[in-house]
Formats: sequence, structure tokens, C-alpha cells
Amino acid sequence: MKTFDFSVNGKPVSVALHNEDTPLLDVLRNELGLMGTRFGCGLEQCGCCMVLIDGAPEKCCARPVSIITGKNVTTVEGLGTPDAPHPLQQAFLDEQAGQCGYCLSGILISAKALLAANPSPTRAQIALALDGNICRCGSHNRILRAVEKAAAVMRGA
Amino acid sequence: MNAPSLPGPLNDNPRLDLWVSFPAPGKVVVNTGRVELGQGVLTAMAQVAADELDVAMTRVSVRSGVTDGMPNEGYTAGSQSIQFGGLAMGQACADVRALFIDHAARILACGANELSVRDGAFFRHGAATGHDYWTLAPAIDLSVNASGLARRKASADLRFVGQSSARTDLPAKLFGDDVFIHDMKLAGMKHARVVRQPNKGACIGTIDEAAIRRAAKGAIEFVRSGDFLAIVGDNETAVELAGGASVNHVTWTNVETPTPLQQEANWLVQRPVIDRLLGPPEPSDAQGKQRFEATYTRGYLAHASISPSCGLAQFKDGHLTVWTHCQGVFPLRGALARMLKLDASKITVHHVQGSGCYGHNGADDAAADAAAIAMLMPGTPIRIRWRREEEFIFEPKSPAMLVKVRALVDADGKPSDWTAEIWSGNHNGRPGGGNALLAGYALPDQEPLPQANEVPEAAGGGATRNADPLYDIADKRIIHHMVTETPVRVSALRGLGAMPNVFALECAIDELAERAGVDPVAYRLAITTDMRARAVIEKVAAMANWQANAPGGNGAGRGIAFARYKNRAAYSAVVVELEVDEEIRLRHVWCATDGGLIVNPDGAINQLEGGVIQSASWMLREQVRLDGGTASFDWDTYPVLKFSEVPPIDIALINPTSSDMPLGVGEATAGPTAAAIGNAVSHALGIRLRDLPLTRERIMAALLQE
Ligand code: FES
Ligand code: FES
Repeated sequence: MKTFDFSVNGKPVSVALHNEDTPLLDVLRNELGLMGTRFGCGLEQCGCCMVLIDGAPEKCCARPVSIITGKNVTTVEGLGTPDAPHPLQQAFLDEQAGQCGYCLSGILISAKALLAANPSPTRAQIALALDGNICRCGSHNRILRAVEKAAAVMRGA
Repeated sequence: MNAPSLPGPLNDNPRLDLWVSFPAPGKVVVNTGRVELGQGVLTAMAQVAADELDVAMTRVSVRSGVTDGMPNEGYTAGSQSIQFGGLAMGQACADVRALFIDHAARILACGANELSVRDGAFFRHGAATGHDYWTLAPAIDLSVNASGLARRKASADLRFVGQSSARTDLPAKLFGDDVFIHDMKLAGMKHARVVRQPNKGACIGTIDEAAIRRAAKGAIEFVRSGDFLAIVGDNETAVELAGGASVNHVTWTNVETPTPLQQEANWLVQRPVIDRLLGPPEPSDAQGKQRFEATYTRGYLAHASISPSCGLAQFKDGHLTVWTHCQGVFPLRGALARMLKLDASKITVHHVQGSGCYGHNGADDAAADAAAIAMLMPGTPIRIRWRREEEFIFEPKSPAMLVKVRALVDADGKPSDWTAEIWSGNHNGRPGGGNALLAGYALPDQEPLPQANEVPEAAGGGATRNADPLYDIADKRIIHHMVTETPVRVSALRGLGAMPNVFALECAIDELAERAGVDPVAYRLAITTDMRARAVIEKVAAMANWQANAPGGNGAGRGIAFARYKNRAAYSAVVVELEVDEEIRLRHVWCATDGGLIVNPDGAINQLEGGVIQSASWMLREQVRLDGGTASFDWDTYPVLKFSEVPPIDIALINPTSSDMPLGVGEATAGPTAAAIGNAVSHALGIRLRDLPLTRERIMAALLQE
């Protein structure tokens, strides 16, 4: 057993694991009970498992937990709540952006990272920033509209 | 007087208490046999129920997808949920409301027509009576059959139906809640992975247990029955690693090795087939008319759900409970009963949401895996989640299809005789009938299966779906060759045969228009008297500002296509604008749809848009590759359209409140989008491409041939 210390959504956590190569995604879901970050492929191809690691968007399904010791992880649970939604979550609700919704956790995280780096992205820039996220239901245009809307709200426009 | 006929699902499940209950003051629960697949059906059902019962939508909870105490509506598929399930829900609620009104009228000694209902409370000539559904409920027996006598609300009185309503399932998905089956946890649950039998009839040779245990880096155990082998453990990471490693450490005999040749639709011709002729025989001579003939093909497609399939099961005290994200809990229960030799009354199947499935993906099979393991480990709850590669390789595929269109053309350039000759595997590989669950091929002592049947024409057909043009053509027929053995397992994907058939037929129409020297929009209108068909074609042409006879061949093009889904659901016409050099870039898509009465306009648009994008992805990117096995096993080897490749899409609903009859919309855009892309590419290049997908290689080859 080895112990790993890092923080998730601002709270310090400590997990003891036999296998230090356990992917961060498995730790979030199975050790910490944070189910918002989804499994889609385990191959860093689909973006369902996107989290922020020290603010940078990363697919965490193949990222061994050992390398995030001391870092801060943000998951979809760290964005907002139904009572106090993040502007992105509110915009996705307003635009009804999603069908099955399985891709949305990862997309919200990618979008949050984009808006932190570029508060006024063009639609083409948003699309490019989301190219690492697959949406199979075809909710793309609604999602792009929602991110544009959230960007405007966050800029105070 | 004859009793009015009940909508199909209500006729099959007539007891009103199966549909509606009033469990607590202010609360209404309605049950639907339809399940949420991300299409918003539960929201739409709440709208229908709230209108018919005259209650606020917030009072209505919709339960769905359990095999106990709920209507059995078979599968949630084929864009039929609203068209048929919604009608049943509406009539059941109307009948319930009428029972309450009659009862209240008796208590109040007044006429039923003096009473009205507002948000569940009963009023007489507008004055409160002190009665509501919940005070009256104890006196009313809902264990009676629906009469179908109650009048449904007139369109003018609908308050919720016809209004865009926010999806009730969406918030939880945006806040990362445990909404998906993948997020379920049962006390004492173990994780599992199956060591997949490579194909039906393959047998386990050797198992290097030590190597698999080493790869797991954690405790695992093996569970086996016949050629069904599973890995089980407390730690999901360990079983996932073991599952991945097992591919290299378990050998099999009788392994089939499909070749790249078999991935193409051409391979289907000359295979053993079951033949059918629908319509009059084909005339043997051209009767002095011009002949047209062209062949269109499409390869195998994957559902490629964003999440691999998942299933949970527990066998406890002689009862099996299964949780699944499949499209039909009742049919799955039947198939499990047969596979496990367990009476169906000893099985309960619950639907829990998964990612979008678009048809028959691995969901049923994952549930069967969990059930098979649970039976071998009584008492222990089992959760299985397929590996990504497993989903791609083992989910049933949409069959490859080859469609030959032959037409006889009159002197005025219009077709008078039309033949669609189709080669395809079966689109109905769902469990039950002649199809096993995957685990059933590996478990011992399974009963032989009858020949599987294609979806009957009465249900819209499978390979023949939409092969029959809606246009005014004097003689039409379909020659259907059902190929009985395919190199991969095949089943239902969104629209079944509609996409390849509409692609073939609507490209052929464009080819005929070109021969006749008539603009494609004008040509379609000249052979269509169906007013609703004309309306969507005219509307989409106006939306796209269609220019008749616009010159093409310069790398930019536009195409139009039309279909009425199943020739009896929604009408859709699509215009696509694109550019082609070596690759195709979609610039804009316009779509006009007449789906009759639309319950939730924004929800319908969401579905139509999703259909456009998915179809565009099929057209430009998708084909399952075969090479010694299924060579499309991840998102690199089976790419789909990306955010930056999706064009802007404008969708218009025609007369969404004008008619009382809703027409299914979920699958209406796939065919027209495919054909509109095909026609636009031809317009852009001046060359006709008839084999899908329209990959870079195919475009280059066609350009070189010129
Ligand atoms: S689950 Fe991590 S990228 Fe797909
Ligand atoms: S909404 Fe289903 S995958 Fe995006």
C-alpha cells in the first residue's frame, strides 16, 4: 500500500493504493466516489474523463495517480451546484445543450479551461478547443452556442 | 356502439393503474414503457400527462423501464415513442381524468360537463369544490381497463404539449450526478470483465491464469461455464487490466478471420440469401422507354456509443435482478430467461440510463454477461463494464448494404417504373426470436435458435425501410435478398435500412433530374403530389435560398434530398452546402421537417439536429474495417465527426401545432442528410460517388479516373 496526497476541488485527499499506476479516473470514481468524471475509452481519445490538473485540461483515464501527488484536481463536481451553477452549466441548461449527456462533464471542463485562457473565443476557436471531446449524439452546435453564451456572461457582457 | 379502438400499447396494457397513480398529495406518477435514451422522452411524456390530467408539469414524475408493474411497450426504437407511446399515455390519462370527473359529478350531484380541473383541483362552474385528485383517489378503482371513451384535449386547449420544455433529465447530467448505470454501486458489489469469445462457435484452448493475474496487479478470480470465461474482483482497475491482458493470454480454437474484402457491401452479392419480391414483377423489356441503372453501397457501421456498455445483476434467494441501459427491458427479460433457463417471473429487469445508443449496441449483452456471472456467484452483486475495444468489436453492427436502383423513364424524363434491389444482412439482431445474447453463444447447453426474421414491413421494414420512393411512379417494387450469414454480427442502428436506401433512391432521383436537364428541386416537385412532401421540399429550398441550375463542378456544391421516414412518420427535406478538394468540408445544412403535432419543439429539433450530424459522420468517416478480425476497435480506427467538422445547421418545423397526430422524428433526418451530401458532392465535383463512406481515398480515386 502506498499513500497519495493531492487535492480535489479544493479539498485535500489522501488515498492508499496497492497499484500506484491506478489511473486518476479510477481513483476519483472508485476511491473518492466522485462519479461526475466519466469513463469513455481509457485510451485518452474521447475526453469523457477530462479534469483540470493545476488548471490545465487533462484526460485522466490513463494518467497514473502517482504523478499528481501534490497537485490540485478540478472535476465537474467542482464547477457549480444546482443552486449556484457555474455560468457554463447555466448556459448549457439555457441552450438545452446535450442529449444523453454522457460527454458533458468532460466538455464542461474543456470549456472552462478554454475560457480561462481566452475569455472571448470565436466559435471556431471553441470548436477547436473541444476537438478532444467526442459527442456521439450530435449536440455539437448547442454546445458551441452554450460556451459562447457562458463566455459572454463571464465577461460581464 | 363499438368500443373505440385503443392506441396499440394501451390495448396491450389496458389496466389504467399500470399507467397512472396518485401516490401522495399533489403528486402524480405516470409509467411509460419507453425508456430515456437521451432523446428526452420522459420530458415529453410528462407534458402529455400534465395536459390530459390538467395538472402542473412539476407534479408529474415519469417512471419507466421496469419489468414489474409497468406497461410492456417492447422496444424504445424506430421513432415510435411519441407517435404510439405518447398516444397511449395521453389516452390513459384522459380516461383516468374522466373516471375522476364522473365520480366527482356523482358526489356533487351535478353534470360532468359542469366540472373542470385546474392543476389537479376540481371546479364547478369555476368555483372550487374542495375536491382534487388526491382527495378522491382512495374512492376510485384504477385497476380497470381503459375504455378509450374519454375525449383527448383539443389542440387549442393544450398548455404543455407544443411548448418547448426543458429536459428534466439534463440538470443532473450537468452537475455530474450519479445518473448513469455506470455510476451505480450495490453493497458488496464485485467488478467483472468477460474474456470474450472471438466469434460464435469458438472454443477456449488454453488459459494462462498466472500471466493474467500478474497483469492485474491486484486480486482477481476466474469464473467459467463452458466457453464463457469471466474475471471478477473487488478492484475495478485490477479486473480492467486483467480483461485487457486476457486477450493475449487465452487461446481459442475455431476462430474466424474476416478479410478486408468482406467489409465491403459487394461481398454480399453471391452469398446465400432468402429472397422476397415486394410489389409486381419487374417488366422484362423496357417498353421503348429509357433505362436507368446504378448501384450504391455502404459498409458496416458501429453504433459507437460514447460509453462502453455496462450491466449489473444479482441472483439472490432464487430471484435474478438485472440493471441495464438496453432499449427493451421486457424482451431482455425473455431472452435472459431462455439463456439462463430461469422462469421469467423470477427475473426483474430495471432500465437505468446509459450513453446514447442509437439502436442495438452492447447493452443487452453486457446485462447478460452480468446475469450469467451473477448466476455463477449467487448472492454477489456483479457489475460489468465492457472495455472500449470490446464495445467496438463486439457490439452488433449496422449491416452493409448494396442497393441497385433500376428505373424506366418516360419521354418527359419522369420515372414510370422503379426497382430497388437490395442485398443486406438482417437489421433485427435483437435478443429474442432467432438471436442469442453474446453470452448465450459461449454458455453450455443452449437450445438451438430458429432462423432470425427481418423487421416486418408492417413495422416499417428493416433492409427494405424507405426503399420504396414516395414519388408518383406507376409501378414500384423491392427485391430483397436477405444475406443469412454476415462476417460480423448485425442488428438495428438508427433508421435501419433507411439511410442506405434513401441515399440510393435520392441520388438516383438527382441522376434522373440531371438526365432530364431539370433542376433537382423542380424535378422532385414535378413527381410529387403529396402536399406535405412538397411543403418540406419547398420550405428547405427557400431556407437555403436554393438557386435553380446553379453551376457546379468547381469544388463547391449543393445538394437536396427528401424522405418521409418509413413512408409513414415525419417528412424531412435537407439541403447541404459543401466544399471538396481531397476531403469534404460541410459548410451549412438546412432542414425542414413536418413531424405533425410536436410535443416538445426544442426536443424535436435537438433530435433532428443530432440525426443530421450522425448521418454526416457516417457519410464522411465511418466504416467498420475487417482484417483478421474487427480492425475498428477504438476512436482512432473508427473516427467520427469532430466539433470543428460540424457545420451550422438550421432546422424548421412545419406546422408543429396544426395536426393532432404526432409523427416520429428521431430518425427522420439521417436518410435525407446522407443523400443531400451525396448529391452535393456530385454537384461540386461533376462526378457521382456511389460507394460510402466518402473518404479521401475514394474521392482521390474518383478524381484520378476522370
Ligand atoms: S475516457 Fe479518458 S479520454 Fe476517453
Ligand atoms: S450528448 Fe450524448 S455523447 Fe454528447
